[in-house]
Amino acid sequence: MTGPSVNDFVLKVATVNGTGSASANGLLMKTIFRMGVPVVGKNVFPSNIQGLPTWYEVRVTEDGHAGRDGQVHLMIAMNPETYEQDLAELAPGGVLLYDSTWPRPQFMSRPDITVLGVPLSGMCNEAFTVARSRILMKNMAYVGAVAALLELDLDVITGLVEEMFAGKKKLIPANMKAVALGHDYAKENFSCPLDFRVRAANKTAGKVMIDGNTAAALGCVYGGATFGAWYPITPSTSVMDGFAKYCAELRVDAETGKNKYCIIQAEDELAAAGLIIGAAWNGARAFTPTSGPGISLMSELIGFAYYSEVPMVLFDIQRVGPSTGMPTRTQQCDIQLCAYASHGDTRHIVLYPANPAECFDMAVNALDLAERFQTPVFFLSDIDIGMNDWMIDELTWDDTYVPDRGKVLTAAELEDVEKFHRYLDVDGDHIAARTLPGTHPNGAYFLRGSGHNKYGGYTEKGPEYQEVVDRLYSKWQSAASAVPAPVTEMAKGKANFGLIAIGSSDGAVREARARLEASGVPVDYMRIRGFPFSDDVDAFIHAHSQVFVVEQNRDAQLLGLLVAETSATKEQLIPVLHYSGEPLDYRFVEASISEAIKVRKIA
Amino acid sequence: MTSFVKPKIRRKNEPLNALGLARGDYDGAMSTLCAGCGHDSVTAAMARAFYELSVEPHRAVKVSGIGCSSKTTTYFLSDAHGANTVHGRMPSFATGAAAANSALTYIGVSGDGDSLSIGLGQLAHAMRRNVNMLYMLENNGVYGLTKGQFSASADIGSTAKKGATNDQAPIDPVALALSVGASFIGRSFSGDREQLVPLIKAGLMHKGFALIDVISPCVSFNDHKGSTKSYAHTYEYYHKAVHADYVPPSAEIKAAYDEGDTLPVELHDGGKINLRKLDKDYDPTDRAAAFSRIMSSQDKDEILTGLLYIDQSRPDMHARENMEERPLNEIPYAELNPGSDRLKSLQQEFR
Repeated sequence: MTGPSVNDFVLKVATVNGTGSASANGLLMKTIFRMGVPVVGKNVFPSNIQGLPTWYEVRVTEDGHAGRDGQVHLMIAMNPETYEQDLAELAPGGVLLYDSTWPRPQFMSRPDITVLGVPLSGMCNEAFTVARSRILMKNMAYVGAVAALLELDLDVITGLVEEMFAGKKKLIPANMKAVALGHDYAKENFSCPLDFRVRAANKTAGKVMIDGNTAAALGCVYGGATFGAWYPITPSTSVMDGFAKYCAELRVDAETGKNKYCIIQAEDELAAAGLIIGAAWNGARAFTPTSGPGISLMSELIGFAYYSEVPMVLFDIQRVGPSTGMPTRTQQCDIQLCAYASHGDTRHIVLYPANPAECFDMAVNALDLAERFQTPVFFLSDIDIGMNDWMIDELTWDDTYVPDRGKVLTAAELEDVEKFHRYLDVDGDHIAARTLPGTHPNGAYFLRGSGHNKYGGYTEKGPEYQEVVDRLYSKWQSAASAVPAPVTEMAKGKANFGLIAIGSSDGAVREARARLEASGVPVDYMRIRGFPFSDDVDAFIHAHSQVFVVEQNRDAQLLGLLVAETSATKEQLIPVLHYSGEPLDYRFVEASISEAIKVRKIA
Repeated sequence: MTSFVKPKIRRKNEPLNALGLARGDYDGAMSTLCAGCGHDSVTAAMARAFYELSVEPHRAVKVSGIGCSSKTTTYFLSDAHGANTVHGRMPSFATGAAAANSALTYIGVSGDGDSLSIGLGQLAHAMRRNVNMLYMLENNGVYGLTKGQFSASADIGSTAKKGATNDQAPIDPVALALSVGASFIGRSFSGDREQLVPLIKAGLMHKGFALIDVISPCVSFNDHKGSTKSYAHTYEYYHKAVHADYVPPSAEIKAAYDEGDTLPVELHDGGKINLRKLDKDYDPTDRAAAFSRIMSSQDKDEILTGLLYIDQSRPDMHARENMEERPLNEIPYAELNPGSDRLKSLQQEFR
């Protein structure tokens, strides 16, 4: 294990929800980012508006790792309710900073750490008169103290504070005063900076800090979505918030002031599903953001869209289930649900973005694939990707992009059609042309979720029914080469072990893989990005004697899907499961794989 | 259960509408409902209304949920797109479809089970949104396809075919619609074509959500003595309050009725709905009074029919959402793509 060092350590702030600490913590992270040092930020928050414990973790990683570390080196303990837990989490040799307005003798129970007391409340109560601002300024005061300890650039902090209060300029001096209080106290009373600290670098040029939900919303705008419907649910709400914000900025006709989009807040997820199916059937690019509970409710309509072949785009920002579960904690627990959502024989196209950059790209992919294959497409993200700010390369757009609207017959094409048959595959690609209402008298057809034959007529005849659902299966299979291809990271030499993961596990898995290889265990890594699985997935599994499947759920859902949908046997696959609700860290992955190798003697 | 193609036969000297289409051009597949089903009369009335309004068949959209009534969307306007969706979920599908293209005419067909039990929430919210569509609620108080269970519109004291008595309060779609803000509310009877056809026409032309609750008896499971949704019971307690006639913009308005009894309501397309008061005490533009009267007629078993409420001033969903007239599905992508330069500049806030 490496110890903390310059530009390589983790700081964590423990606060109380609703005390305004989020902006102070964002300020700390952004300061480090603007100093040119890569960061990984994780907000661990409660399902609550005010009063419950919340944490913000910032990993400072000049090497640019994308996952969590798993240790904490500087703990800013601002919440007496969680002192015990926060104290225990600190790595040996770590530093704990707390509000020493009231003495806390329990910190003396850890002789292996350094405890620094700053009388934050006392200083702020003296300097500020209004009760609420005393609470808020306490946050800025710990920012100041941390800045001194980590040698953060005060000019960068000042610049960020000025941007933060650009609309309320008169708040700037008070906030900077609070920063100075903490900073000066630390300088005067402790030996600053710490051994592990931040040193300006140039590793963040061309990068942005953005959360996955905002990036997905931008993807919907750039992908040409014009209709969105949703029922508010944590953690997906910010997808629609983002879409609404960017549409208001970018999609209102300058002359008429009229909107070129429509957003409807539905009465529940069933309605949200019906709304987007209706809009898509009528030719609008439509989507709904939701989370696992929403998918449960939408399932009947998902089956309808699958069987009647209507495009449907669902953003599932996964949270910890079943039932209400832990709505603000992260998991990959809807893998099986989304692969086969709804009753009867159903199977869907699923995309697995791993970071906000892929959220942007795959939102566009999802819109294209849904229309091309005339079927539901799931975009399977999670809280970690969706609600944390990630450092990624600045998003770019190819102006030559043309949306893939799939086979939609125009009025001119329908003019020559004698009789249009909605479900007739005329060219062997398993996809039948569709028509939009109102286009042409020759284009009428009846959309039905009841049994239908290839001509679109009602049927209860077995062979006619089978013919249609067999085509649906072939259509789905053919999507394997259309979903984003898997990406691999191979060991330098021959590796007996493989490693498979999806989505937000990527950063931690890549770091663990590199460390395993460095310690003499070469491992090849494949990150799957879409379902149905391409042949590459099968080949990858068979090229290794054992494959570790790392995922964030209890039931090894991805592993199960691999057993069901590839020729892999269950014996070839070894589950590595993380389902506490916290984002995955590399130490867990590395330790789990090392342990599995030792226990099974498979090295 | 299979639907049959009905041959189209054009008769000599058959009257044609403004598009040169005959009434038969608005037909669909042959009905597979029971002989004498009220729904078939409603289907005929809907087809006639579209014919008389000279709506191009392919510019109409028919949507339905699940149930006997929902099947009827295949029995008229075979040249229109239709969608037989999911039980109780037609309103959301219709709302999404209407949002994508406001230039088409939308008609939803549903029943009392589809609308008032499994789909009650969706119906209420479509009315709140004032989606521009006509929603036909073919109301027979019973589940037909599953063989005769009471629906949520069954009246207290009404008996089932096998003898059970309903003791739960009914949901009255008209009262519901009034309370949640529908802007056009009517009630009629499948056996009263004279009232129903003009009412459907007015509902189709009204800009906003139009609900017509049509008593449409189920001959197989709810047409016996003791049922309050039977033909006999409906005829006995039928009370006409306000007759509605749609007058297109171009037509000359004839003073067919006594001046004091008619009330013209201006529509957005320049046409009018002429309201003829058959009950002098009823004012279909006074929401509170209408509600009071509807409640009191329930108490005396009176089936109050006609156009029971209209409000042309409420903006429909498109207006409220400040949407362009142009359908969403016709906006070229070039107008939707903000471009790569803009993507670069808007990421300033993420630095």
